[in-house]
Amino acid sequence: MYDISPENASNFVAGVDLAFVIILGVSVFFLVAITGVMIYFIRKYRRDKHPKAIQNEGSLKLELIWTIIPLLLVLVMFYFGWMGWKPMKTPPEDAMKVTAIARMWNFKFEYENGKLTDSLYVPVNQPVVLDLKALDVLHSLYIPAFRVKEDMVPGNIKQMWFIPGQVGSYDLFCTEYCGLDHSYMYTGVRVMAEEEFAEWMKDTTATAPAVDESMTPAQQGFEILKSNGCNACHSSDGSKLVGPSYRGIWGETQEVTTAGEKREITVDEEYIRRSIYDPNADIVDGFNKGLMLSYEGLVTEEEIDLIIEYIKSLDE
Amino acid sequence: MSETVKQGAHKSYLEETGGRKGIFKWILSTDHKRIGLLYLYSIMTWFVIGVALGIMMKLELIAPGKTIMGAQAYNATFTVHGVIMIFLIVIPGLPAVFGNFLLPIQIGAKDVAFPKLNLFSWYIYVAGSILVVASLFAGGGPPDTGWTFYAPYSFKTGTNMLPAVVGAFVLGFSSILTGLNFLVTIHRLRAPGMTFMKMPVFPWTLYGTAWIQLLATPIVGITLLMVLGERIFNIGFFDPAKGGDPILYQHLFWIYSHPAVYIMILPAMGAISEIIPTFSRKTIFGYRFIVISTLAIAFVGYFVWGHHMFTSGMSGTALFTFSILTFIVAIPSAIKVFNWVATMHQGSILLKTPFMWAASFIFVFLIGGLTGLVLGALATNVHVHDTAFVVGHFHFIVFGGTGFAFFGAVHYWFPKIYGRMYDESWAKTGWLIFFIGYLALYGPMLYLGIKGMPRRYFDYLPEYHGPNILSSLGALVMVSGFLIILINLIRSARHGEKAEANPWGGTNLEWQISSPPSLENFDEIPTIDKATYKYD
Ligand code: HEC
Ligand SMILES: [Cu+2]
Repeated sequence: MYDISPENASNFVAGVDLAFVIILGVSVFFLVAITGVMIYFIRKYRRDKHPKAIQNEGSLKLELIWTIIPLLLVLVMFYFGWMGWKPMKTPPEDAMKVTAIARMWNFKFEYENGKLTDSLYVPVNQPVVLDLKALDVLHSLYIPAFRVKEDMVPGNIKQMWFIPGQVGSYDLFCTEYCGLDHSYMYTGVRVMAEEEFAEWMKDTTATAPAVDESMTPAQQGFEILKSNGCNACHSSDGSKLVGPSYRGIWGETQEVTTAGEKREITVDEEYIRRSIYDPNADIVDGFNKGLMLSYEGLVTEEEIDLIIEYIKSLDE
Repeated sequence: MSETVKQGAHKSYLEETGGRKGIFKWILSTDHKRIGLLYLYSIMTWFVIGVALGIMMKLELIAPGKTIMGAQAYNATFTVHGVIMIFLIVIPGLPAVFGNFLLPIQIGAKDVAFPKLNLFSWYIYVAGSILVVASLFAGGGPPDTGWTFYAPYSFKTGTNMLPAVVGAFVLGFSSILTGLNFLVTIHRLRAPGMTFMKMPVFPWTLYGTAWIQLLATPIVGITLLMVLGERIFNIGFFDPAKGGDPILYQHLFWIYSHPAVYIMILPAMGAISEIIPTFSRKTIFGYRFIVISTLAIAFVGYFVWGHHMFTSGMSGTALFTFSILTFIVAIPSAIKVFNWVATMHQGSILLKTPFMWAASFIFVFLIGGLTGLVLGALATNVHVHDTAFVVGHFHFIVFGGTGFAFFGAVHYWFPKIYGRMYDESWAKTGWLIFFIGYLALYGPMLYLGIKGMPRRYFDYLPEYHGPNILSSLGALVMVSGFLIILINLIRSARHGEKAEANPWGGTNLEWQISSPPSLENFDEIPTIDKATYKYD
């Protein structure tokens, strides 16, 4: 229907677009017809041309006509809407499984062989089913070109499926408002030819964080923060975002709330590790609980050491 | 139509001060007309703020990236814009202003059934609005949850959500009490001879609205209380970590907020049903069908809330049912549109400003309704849900529908309210500029949504730039029109030409008494022996 999407971008495009064409077609017809008739009446029966109105209280026949015809038309629209949607409901058995994980404010995609990526990679012409997992608040996964969208609800793993029909790159958005950086919560879908995809899938090292051994440990730490999306909530320049800045905390004493009790802690390695693996154990004063989630299993112990190097380096 | 109205035979309600002075003659008066104006002035004040916030959003979106404010400020802006516009303006809107002013007059009564309760409702309204606006300035920053306060984000954000929610809760009571008052007024205080089927359409729509206010508002009250419990006591109704369900919140919220859309639109339809016959000098076409369709909308409107949640994971059966009911609720609105246009047929049409608003209402309301069909069908809903398309659609209904009807109503009843005429050519100029700006502002949103641009986006991809520029420029044009309209009305209320009792040749009771009316509206309660909108 429009340029963002080839007609066969996914198996749903045809059904959805047919519903669009029918509904928009009927709508535009009625909009033009009713407005046209109204303007015609207004011109024809202006008071200077038509000084005396001819009274008419109504007509049962007309009322029936303009009740029944629209009723039939909307039922037709309903039918095409339903038919376009129905196939989205049940994924086929043999679909390739990918887990889509949403958190504030990025997506991660986990494949059956443990591979983890920031954008979604899928093979062409093969059904793919996404298990939708939200870790913190509501999100919604939307691929306009494929005509699919499903909310991601914490505590409730839902599914979405499609068959990509054409090699290419498409936008993927979060469409359920989820806080500060909602509008930056987007990524892409890469649809690849089958062999290319198989090749890509085998290589599970390529997507590990791009840590370059020639960098200093602090620089490596920064790369890790970047690739995990920490910087959406934390700044390096001392400014307060959703969470505290990395600057000026190392070795300092901070007020935190632990299990409802206020206490003072010193920011050391132990504390940083706990802040990343169990962020809601100690809540820094002036910030909110429940926003940062545990990165256990996502950020390794060694990576935390590098992050600590980076935080230290900010105060040198 | 007896032409025996003696203009100025009595002191008008504006001169009748009950011995009070200054502001007290307003805030202590239980006269339904003064209370209507209290609402008008409060609503207009908030509206100016709401419009200013809207313009800020449009300026931010004029280009990708940060333009005039950061993401946090933008998120707060659309939240507060939504809360003010919905809870402080469109929901009270026509019933509170014109319902109060006109309902007793149109049914031949001296006041509403409970005048003191009526004034008290206004106090509650003001208290609620102040709480909402206070949330802007106090605490951890203005709320940033969107006007829908969706769980679980609304429990996690550090911003100042509580006053906004308490404010919305308090406002609910104002709405319930006004609804109750109107119901009793309509049942008990109609003039002798005014059977239900002789009642004008505007009171009929207030009647349908009042039932919704009375029956649906308590649900949002309970929901907002649950939100408070959640935030203060961490109960966990909606928190999956504690066994709650965030989707439950959405159900509760929309069980109220969908019928609330009809609270917004029904009285607007009522006002349009007054304006079109008057300026066509013709009795309304299909009176009975307009009345029945009003009640049908009020009734079926309770059962379609699920269409706000088609992608939230409800069962196929639920989706099927909500979708088909959504299509069915479109029919009574269509019936109304056909009857309005048929009323113009063979009329004798006078193109005054209220009529221009009414005719353009039909156009924008049609766009709003027809885009609603796109949202009602499942396949297309999945694609455009939570995109700019939805934002466009509901602005066509709520602002195009209710807003246009409101401006039409202000101009139509202006001579009755103030006893003076507004300036016709400025009013028409304002309307034209407003209308053009309006279409340029909201039209592109429909297109952007079909192209896939999500809503509540502080920033967008460059491919969406073009239509956003048009939309932002449209906003500026529309606001210029709005300022012309506003200044013209304010000026004319003081300096306009003196109005006659019945400047438009209307047939309903408000036109049979002087402009402005006397304190008690009628010297003698009239006896009604004719159908409404009778021209001969
Ligand atoms: C969704 C926003 C968000 C993301 C993403 C996030 N954090 Fe946090 N973070 C917070 C908040 C809010 C706090 C303060 C509340 C608390 O102590 O839990 C915090 C606290 C911290 C602290 C303690 C700081 C102090 O001053 O005591 C550290 C260290 C930290 N985060 C590191 C990280 C790292 C490393 C990542 C990425 C792997 C990350 N955060 C991702 C929101 C976030
Ligand atoms: Cu999101």
